[in-house]
Amino acid sequence: MLGEINYILFNSVMVVSFVACAVYIVFFFSQREGLRKIARMIFLGSGILQSLYILSRYFLSGYTPITSQHEAVVFFAWSVTWAYLSFHWRYSVKNFGTFVSVLVVIMLCIAASVSRDLQVLSPILQSLWLPVHAGISVIAYGFLALAFCGGIMYLLQERELKTKNFGFFYSRLPSLESLDQLNNHCLTVGFVFLTLGIITGTLWGRQAWGTYWSWDPKETWSLITWLLYAAQIHQRFTLGWRGRRIALMSIVGFCTVLFTLWGVTFLLGGVHTYAQ
Amino acid sequence: MPSETIILLGVNHKKTPLEVREKLALSSGYEEPLAALGTIDGLREYYLLSTCNRVEILVSTDAADVVEKKLAEFLFGDALTPDQYEKHLYCYRDAKAIHHLFMVAASLDSMIVGESQILGQLKEAYRWSSEKKCTGPILNKLLHKSFSVAKRVRSETRIGSSAVSISYAAIELAKKIFGSLEDKRVLLIGAGEMAELAAEHLVGNGAKDVVVANRTLERALDLAKRFNGRAVGLDEMLEQLGQVDIIVSSTGAPGIILHRDDVKPLMRNRRNKPLFFIDIAVPRDLDPALNDLENVYLYDIDDLNNVVELNKAERDKEAIKASRIVDEEALKFKDWQAGLAVTPTLAALREKGNAIARMELERTLPRLEGLSAKERKSVEKMASAIVSKLLHDPMLFLKSESCKDQSEMKVDMLRSVFGLEKNSDQ
Repeated sequence: MLGEINYILFNSVMVVSFVACAVYIVFFFSQREGLRKIARMIFLGSGILQSLYILSRYFLSGYTPITSQHEAVVFFAWSVTWAYLSFHWRYSVKNFGTFVSVLVVIMLCIAASVSRDLQVLSPILQSLWLPVHAGISVIAYGFLALAFCGGIMYLLQERELKTKNFGFFYSRLPSLESLDQLNNHCLTVGFVFLTLGIITGTLWGRQAWGTYWSWDPKETWSLITWLLYAAQIHQRFTLGWRGRRIALMSIVGFCTVLFTLWGVTFLLGGVHTYAQ
Repeated sequence: MPSETIILLGVNHKKTPLEVREKLALSSGYEEPLAALGTIDGLREYYLLSTCNRVEILVSTDAADVVEKKLAEFLFGDALTPDQYEKHLYCYRDAKAIHHLFMVAASLDSMIVGESQILGQLKEAYRWSSEKKCTGPILNKLLHKSFSVAKRVRSETRIGSSAVSISYAAIELAKKIFGSLEDKRVLLIGAGEMAELAAEHLVGNGAKDVVVANRTLERALDLAKRFNGRAVGLDEMLEQLGQVDIIVSSTGAPGIILHRDDVKPLMRNRRNKPLFFIDIAVPRDLDPALNDLENVYLYDIDDLNNVVELNKAERDKEAIKASRIVDEEALKFKDWQAGLAVTPTLAALREKGNAIARMELERTLPRLEGLSAKERKSVEKMASAIVSKLLHDPMLFLKSESCKDQSEMKVDMLRSVFGLEKNSDQ
């Protein structure tokens, strides 16, 4: 019974997100105001369905569903969606939703393509630290993903302005200033959560393995990611780095996030490898 | 019923050269011309629009041909003979007049198609006319309609959204870089007319501080005063670059006055806040390599012209859409007017029916003795019911939507069938 609900929920998440993304893209081309509101409502619907799906999976498995590949990616998409929706509540950045919804749909497609089987959780992962550590980290990734989208938008718009060749994107993308602010906001929030994620990780490590830091590949790469973002924020505060450089760094930073999430698992192994 | 004609007569920048427009016999402002217009016989309602690109008189009248001639004379006075002004003048009636008015309101007839100023001018002109009680039901409705047509065109097409003059293009670019111009500082290098115009637009869009750097300090002071700004010498320019955001350069200098290497070291102190250089001088004042610096954007006059050309093409496309809206609305207004032509006839028809019923009742009721009040009432009711049932179909026929443009014929027909001709003086 719960299994069926779970199955239906995931499929509806897929459908609703696809529709939201499609409406956003149509809006991007046509720029008809009415469509934007519709797209946002559908995207909100997708966010709610994602939450319900994660909840149903929690009841199904009895632990926070963030340990398998499928679960981690869904959680990631969920956090990007809600980071965007919460962000939107404060600022409005023209056509940002289109980029974010495309990213979310790509993630959901990845989630759909891997095994959705439930896994038996190894005893070491059965702890209250699991939702705290993994949840916080994934929220950080959500905001960093937004900064990634903002970075891409910044580079596109800057190129239009620099080459003076006003094409498709010029009128559809917001001002450089607002994109830079968006990056700044998302990076700051993302960095705070990333830091908290690493701290909770070390505390859990101490409890589980008796050591704060074991130089497990995932830990190493998290540290690299953290250092990259720390450098970026440092440069912004001290030298006033902004615009293009910050945009490039948020793209590079997000690539290391993705590598930490997937690359490490497939290429390097370690304690964070999802149970087989 | 004598027919009422809407006449629109005027001169504009397309049809009439400036030399002719200058000779118009109108005094400036609205008060006097409207009073003078009021002295012309045969005008039921009138309205006057006078801007630097056009003068238009819109009237509704019973005697179209006579009035038309008088209006032309009024417009040109003794300056030109009819033969001379004939080819510079346009004169539209009814549907065409309505269409033209809507085109003007929607800014499709403007020198810069899509600019929004004209609507404000139209509203101002209307305010004068209605304050002086020159307009009546028809022109009131027509002018209000023209405002809503303009609004519809603006919201349904992108005709007003792109910049088609160099100053506007610069503003649009600045907004893409800075988001808003609120609190941005402007430096004018050179105090020419172009710089002044650009500064005016920038300040109009919220820019806060204007600094003028010029070779002769006197001229700089003059210009700075206009914008409540400061004047500095040209040698202080570099210093100022640390604080300003937008630079408009328009000196007559023969060569480049600001090089890439001058600006590069400044960026660190500015904490990389963007700089937007607008070079409207020919030959150019600013080093083209400035554009290669990070967070520095340089546009010269050719770049801005390209933006303008691009936008113009886009605007022409939108103008086609806009004309369709105007056509549609002009047709709708004609329908309304046709409905108006029918109204007096409907009233006359009803009036005649009621009069007959009243007359017959007066004749019959005294002869019916012994009727109770209630029975009396029933008889009266029956009489009026017969009248309204009998008239129901003819009225429906008159009001029918099917052949709106033939309403004049229908009105004539019903009037002669019911013998309304004699007693209608309306």
